[in-house]
Amino acid sequence: MKPLVLLALMLGFFPLPVAAMHISEGILPGGWAILWFVVAAPFVAWGGWRINQRRAIDPGYISLVGIFGAAVFVFSCFPLPVPVAGSTAHPAGTGLSAILLGGPASVVVAFISLLLQALFLAHGGLTTLGGNTFSMGVVGSFSGLAAFKLARLCQGNLFWSGFAAGVASDLLTYLGTATEMALALHGNTPLLTVLGQIYLAFMPTQVPISILEGVIIGGMLVYVRKHRPDILCKLKIITAEER
Amino acid sequence: MKRFLLAVLFMLLPLPASAAASKWPGVDEAVVEKFAAQLGRTAREPYLNTDQGDLLLFVFALAGGGGGFIMGYYWHKVFIVKQDLCLKDGED
Repeated sequence: MKPLVLLALMLGFFPLPVAAMHISEGILPGGWAILWFVVAAPFVAWGGWRINQRRAIDPGYISLVGIFGAAVFVFSCFPLPVPVAGSTAHPAGTGLSAILLGGPASVVVAFISLLLQALFLAHGGLTTLGGNTFSMGVVGSFSGLAAFKLARLCQGNLFWSGFAAGVASDLLTYLGTATEMALALHGNTPLLTVLGQIYLAFMPTQVPISILEGVIIGGMLVYVRKHRPDILCKLKIITAEER
Repeated sequence: MKRFLLAVLFMLLPLPASAAASKWPGVDEAVVEKFAAQLGRTAREPYLNTDQGDLLLFVFALAGGGGGFIMGYYWHKVFIVKQDLCLKDGED
């Protein structure tokens, strides 16, 4: 309990202006910016519909949306210094929200977080909101969820399955960002060359951050099982025997 | 293994964010904007530019405080109040 409380306090009380993974305002050309909006919009709509549907079945679901929605917002504007890379970056948090809220709902919380950051925190951008929602919301959420389910299928325990989700969602979010940039800006240079260069440039910072994110998600799931196993049972993450 | 991972993380993250953030660029500056500039695109100012002196610190403090409050409020509701109810249900 204490480490989690300390983490929450750290996140809540030491927010700092952050410059991290989101694609900044104006970097994507108009056509690409519109395309990513069009691609991300159905996922956001699907997520909104799923949240309403689940809220009707279980009113307690909104409390979970409150916790993990706020967590995604705070995580994704919290800069962590990585000495080996000499730069800062932030976790995405969408792996955690995807496991506990569901993939579509996680896209919605990512979208709202990114919108608030673009509007008020000079972080990301309104023209790049679709692209950022796709990489952090759609790719981050669904890759984290897939890694978690795969790890559970392979009999991974809760901590290591959460760890896999954290690492996968973080690293693949940045792959999404690198892909969006490479597709839009590669020009005459081969696409894969540009993609590889951008993605590799992210790695020295993102590998340590993804490990941290994995530990946080694994720890959080273990905490939930200890204190509210019924939530994980309801979400079919653990069976009644595992409680 | 978990202890080893935690030890590695603490070695990788030894500096407080406040000390590092002012000296080190974020990856959007070090990677996203750098590559975009190489490929012929530059970032433009945000439409609502709060990056003016300490205004950005203020909005970040506000956002962190607000986010932390919402998280803490629902955390208490889900993991403290409801846990007690669940334990009582379990006893029945």
